[in-house]
Amino acid sequence: MTNSLQAATAETGAKEPIVVVDGVTKRFPGVVANDDVSLSIYPGEVQALLGENGAGKSTLIAMLSGMLQPDAGGMRVRGEATAISSPRRALELGIGTVYQHPTLVPTLTVLENLMLGAPWHQRMNRAATRRRLAEISQMLGISLPEDATLGDLSLGQQQQVEIVKALWRGEQVLILDEATAMLTPKGVEDLGQVIGRLRDAGIAILFITHKLNEAVRFGDRVTVLKLGRKVGELTPDQLAALGEDQAITQIVDLMFGTASSEGADELAGRDKSRLVEGPVILSVDGLAAAAGPGEPTVTGVAFQVRAGEVFGIAGVDGNGQKQLAEALAGQRRIAAGSLSLKGEPISGLSVVQRQRAGLRYVTDDRLGEGTVGNFQVGLNLLLKRIGDEPFWRNGTIRRREVERHARTLIDRHDVRTPGPQTPIGRLSGGNIQKALLARELDNAPIAVIYNKPTYGLDANNIQFARRAIREQADQGVATVLISTDLDEILELSDRIGVMLQGRMVGIVDNDRDAQRRVGELMIGVGAAA
Amino acid sequence: MSGLLSDAFLISLVAGAIAAGIPLLLAGLGEQVSEKAGVLNIGIEGMMLLGAYTGFYVAFLSGSLWLGFLGGAAGGLILALLMALLCVRLGLNQIVIGIALTLGADGITALLHHVQFSRTYPRLPAVDTLPIPLLSQIPIIGPGIFDRHPSVYLAIIAVFVLVWVFRRTNVGLNLQAAGDKPAALDAAGVSVTTTRTLAVLFTGMMAGLGGAYMSMIGAGIFIPFMTGGAGFIAIVLAMLARGHPTWVLYGALLFGVSLSLTTALQVGGVNVPTDVVQMLPFAMVMLVLVIFARRSALPAALGLPYVRGQR
Repeated sequence: MTNSLQAATAETGAKEPIVVVDGVTKRFPGVVANDDVSLSIYPGEVQALLGENGAGKSTLIAMLSGMLQPDAGGMRVRGEATAISSPRRALELGIGTVYQHPTLVPTLTVLENLMLGAPWHQRMNRAATRRRLAEISQMLGISLPEDATLGDLSLGQQQQVEIVKALWRGEQVLILDEATAMLTPKGVEDLGQVIGRLRDAGIAILFITHKLNEAVRFGDRVTVLKLGRKVGELTPDQLAALGEDQAITQIVDLMFGTASSEGADELAGRDKSRLVEGPVILSVDGLAAAAGPGEPTVTGVAFQVRAGEVFGIAGVDGNGQKQLAEALAGQRRIAAGSLSLKGEPISGLSVVQRQRAGLRYVTDDRLGEGTVGNFQVGLNLLLKRIGDEPFWRNGTIRRREVERHARTLIDRHDVRTPGPQTPIGRLSGGNIQKALLARELDNAPIAVIYNKPTYGLDANNIQFARRAIREQADQGVATVLISTDLDEILELSDRIGVMLQGRMVGIVDNDRDAQRRVGELMIGVGAAA
Repeated sequence: MSGLLSDAFLISLVAGAIAAGIPLLLAGLGEQVSEKAGVLNIGIEGMMLLGAYTGFYVAFLSGSLWLGFLGGAAGGLILALLMALLCVRLGLNQIVIGIALTLGADGITALLHHVQFSRTYPRLPAVDTLPIPLLSQIPIIGPGIFDRHPSVYLAIIAVFVLVWVFRRTNVGLNLQAAGDKPAALDAAGVSVTTTRTLAVLFTGMMAGLGGAYMSMIGAGIFIPFMTGGAGFIAIVLAMLARGHPTWVLYGALLFGVSLSLTTALQVGGVNVPTDVVQMLPFAMVMLVLVIFARRSALPAALGLPYVRGQR
């Protein structure tokens, strides 16, 4: 049936939408995740669905794939109004979904994962599964190791298995949720090719992303969501007429309003080559950190950070940055070397003692070690000061003080939360990061270590976080900025150290030549300055 | 100590190991299925005990061991149904419900026994065995292993049936997915709730059968609280077996041996206080845990209720 439909569309040339989302609304406690959202998905077309974190993209997908039901509004599939009541129903309707978080079983093989979902009384048909896998692989232009355990494959390959699975029963609609989030640049390129082949095969693709350039690069049609509402759509004709740069400008306007690009200019206009003359605040010498199994060993790291200076630490992910950060913060034993804050040795101090001394650490693991998801926002904002006056007195919590403190920080850092008592785990990633920044920058920091502070955030929150980092530094805070995003390092740092295999292989001033020299150091060809 | 290696001692040891090991095997296999599907069934001790009572009672009334096994399976199923309803359907805490079911079964069986039999402990007639030709002639292990009630052979066959189910059937895939990544199973269009419910019911049935074997064939009588922690040992077995039914078999035999040492030592003429020997299985549990527990690979979603769409 689907084939005849496809043929009919090809003959007439006029495209009928295969799926229509008609004014759906979905509410969660304290949040309207989708507010009267409508969109149409067309065969042979890639529709990019663009939005910030918390714009309601995931909720919309959950409804399209049958995981959630709308509170109001409905769906039409091939012209017929229908409820997508369960994931099974979505598959029956020909809607396949590749979720942001992998939904394959890591302990089963590729083949077994693909066989999952057959009726229990049927015999396992390995031969037929292999054949179908070969067919789809050919269509996608990929090859997969059938009998390898899924957990052993690269994330890119695991995603390819997800795509194969989503197309298994001849699905004509493919939903890709943040498909590039975990991929390497090469993986993204491969994915682009796969998407191109699918479009040519007449599949309708809904490509969900929070990255603007990807939306324009992959999408034939771009739809923009903001705070649960659809705020605009660029049709294929409009996109073609505008050209890439103009399209991006227009989408930025849709997403953030025209005011948003100011922040970028402000930062870009800063004099990056200035020399900071303040006193040395943080001094690290010959530092070696204890390493667990499979971790890079950090040895012989030495650098100094002055008051008001941003010291960037660049490097390819996994070269000891996290271990270094934890050693500085007190979460990992320092095996050798010295660490001092304002001339006082602090390598023997605990996490809380270092916090009191004015050293702060903004972790990259926001939900794991940064916050307690079930605790309310207010308590999370005091996580490292539990027991301190005036929030606690005689061992009992004083809610009014906690709440007052929370409201101040929430306002100052624009944390979007229903209230100080909402569990922090309910907030979006960007707002959790704002709360984390708020906590660490509160109460007179002297030195702050940031580990990947903007990782996984959307453009607006990235700007906000970067500005906060820079402002703190300008107020005299010694700042260590660890990031795998070289642009970020170059934008914010005064000097840049490069980590490679657990060592700091070079420190360069952030002058005009910095990008090339840092890049060379990162891949191990440059010489230390 | 010359009696230690005598034939009488060894025969008695092997026979005792089977008698004590079969209930562990049946319950352990059942527990393995529900753990694979992500449900930690602490109530299995209670399911065994209720199965032991209902199995014994039906056999006592009807005079048929096979009907007794049916009764035992039904006893285990009743509790499993409750467990499935509360833990799988309603998503309540599996540990709390499991403990409650075990305590409940302790009381109910003691009460039922008191009502039915007052303070008497009637004994079932001796069990007919089905000797396997040739194999049962092997010295020492022959009579212990190959001259038993047919249910023993069926229990061992069940091990290999489960191996086949886990490796070769869609049911096996569904079970593993339900325990390791329930969202994947759901997204594949198979109900996690149904899969887990069936797994829990299977566990209840196997535990009931194990209990029935214990009372009808192992002991020949029902005594309140007679399972004495066998269900908990079955949980340990299932956890250490890392999804391999054959490992449950080996483990059940190992614990069977330690449980049967009491009798065997007495038969062998060694006089050790019974109380000391009765502690052996539990010392063994701890020893085995110290040696192997670090390697126990449990399903990622074990013990966690599944709620669709929850991050």
